[in-house]
Amino acid sequence: MTFRIGPRTSQIIAYIFLLTLTVIAVFILIFIIAFIFKNGFSQLTIGFLTQKTHEMGKEGGILPSIIGTLLVSFLAIIIATPLGVGSAIYLSEYTKAGPIRRLISFGADCLAGVPSILFGLFGFIFFVTILKLGWCIFSGGLTLALMILPTIIRTSEEAIKAVPKSYREISYSLGGGKLDTILKVTLPTAIPGILTGVVLGIGRAVGETAATIFTTGASLNIPTSIFSSSRTLAVHFYMLAREGISMPKAYGTATVLIILILVINFVAYRLMHRFMARYY
Amino acid sequence: MDIKLSIKNLNVFHKNIQALKNINLDVHADEILGVIGPANSGKSSLLRAINQLPETDDARYEGEILLDGKNIDTLPLNELRRRIGLIFAAPVVLPGSVYKNITYGPKLHNRHTRAELNELVHFVLNAANLWDEVKDRLFDSASNLSGGQQQRLCIARTLALQPEIIMMDEPCSGLDPISTAKVESTMLSLKDKYTFILVTNNTKQAARVSTRVAFFLSAELVEIDRAEKIFTNPGDKRTSDYISGRFG
Repeated sequence: MTFRIGPRTSQIIAYIFLLTLTVIAVFILIFIIAFIFKNGFSQLTIGFLTQKTHEMGKEGGILPSIIGTLLVSFLAIIIATPLGVGSAIYLSEYTKAGPIRRLISFGADCLAGVPSILFGLFGFIFFVTILKLGWCIFSGGLTLALMILPTIIRTSEEAIKAVPKSYREISYSLGGGKLDTILKVTLPTAIPGILTGVVLGIGRAVGETAATIFTTGASLNIPTSIFSSSRTLAVHFYMLAREGISMPKAYGTATVLIILILVINFVAYRLMHRFMARYY
Repeated sequence: MDIKLSIKNLNVFHKNIQALKNINLDVHADEILGVIGPANSGKSSLLRAINQLPETDDARYEGEILLDGKNIDTLPLNELRRRIGLIFAAPVVLPGSVYKNITYGPKLHNRHTRAELNELVHFVLNAANLWDEVKDRLFDSASNLSGGQQQRLCIARTLALQPEIIMMDEPCSGLDPISTAKVESTMLSLKDKYTFILVTNNTKQAARVSTRVAFFLSAELVEIDRAEKIFTNPGDKRTSDYISGRFG
């Protein structure tokens, strides 16, 4: 007698197996967030968010780091997005499929996997030292822009390639030129995909330590311009925890960092849905 | 009969495959020219050659196409495509509202006031027999329309460019008989003002609407004549074999 699994049983097994995998993945995420919130939520006071940092972080708030993080990430995004989307348009619309395009795509994929500390080192040598920008928010923004550029290029390229060829043909057949077609048909259709790449980029930029420690520095003063040195939240968290300055403040900082990323993602997806509602 | 479009010694190649062999064909003003023939006979390649919209990047053309006696190579592409509209087999609506779909083309070519655009939208939707069905949904997404409505929207979108010739590539192949009848009656009601080239796999449709019919087979034009002649007493045996359903 042979033992055989019927189609109904195999369906149930597959369902339970996949459900388990999903539960594990979601549970890990929830566990990390819950752990940090449990330890850090009590630190979240108005003072913590709005005061200067004192005694290397043992006392006071984290306002300088919040400002520093927002500025560095904002600079990185406004530099990397036009560059990345522009390159993606060029690659997908103006070059023919072939070995050179594959090589560029492969290069971008490799670049996306380069450890951030190497970008930090490059930023330190090139922006901080050779261009004499010094440790500042601008250097950090430029370095992070380079770091997230490959991600934005590749996701935008895929999003643009996913726009059906027939849309372009319709535009051409109505007398549209190449640029009309890209600006009025292809890009609006690809925006949700492009925005996904930008959101991924923001996430990496906001949480980055290695690349910013080398380029933005670790100053605890409130930045007065993009040429001030600053310390991002992630770096501040690293310093507080690593130097054993104050674990409660470290968890508080981590909580703010996580909330910041959640808020940015939430806003980005809201924008995306608003946009989709208008176009589809 | 005025000759609107004249095709002389047209050859089309895709890589090493010849899609059209030495085609000579005149299209008269204000007629519906039906183009029939089995798959891969070169019907779509003909339309794409006229609109300079090749299927592949390595398509190559030889020969001349004259629009009102003027070689189309001398016309800017956007003007050529405005004057000769092309409607594809599968209705493809652009993302966005019905209104936006129609105004997309005109806005590319000229500046219009809002009032002019409103009037144009009303006019072309009426002409395409679609106004009554969509007049309350002008600003809804065009992709919510049914397939037949989408195809008539595509016709309206092409009409909005005020073309001289409208080419259709199997416009009813994905539609049900009622939608097909609506598209056909749209065509017939417009035929006094526009010249149509209708590529169709449906020989009965060609018989219903065409003034003249051209039969293509294996990249060649077998014969072209008045529709009654083609369907009752064709000059070539291959034509009678095809329309009587012996092959294809």
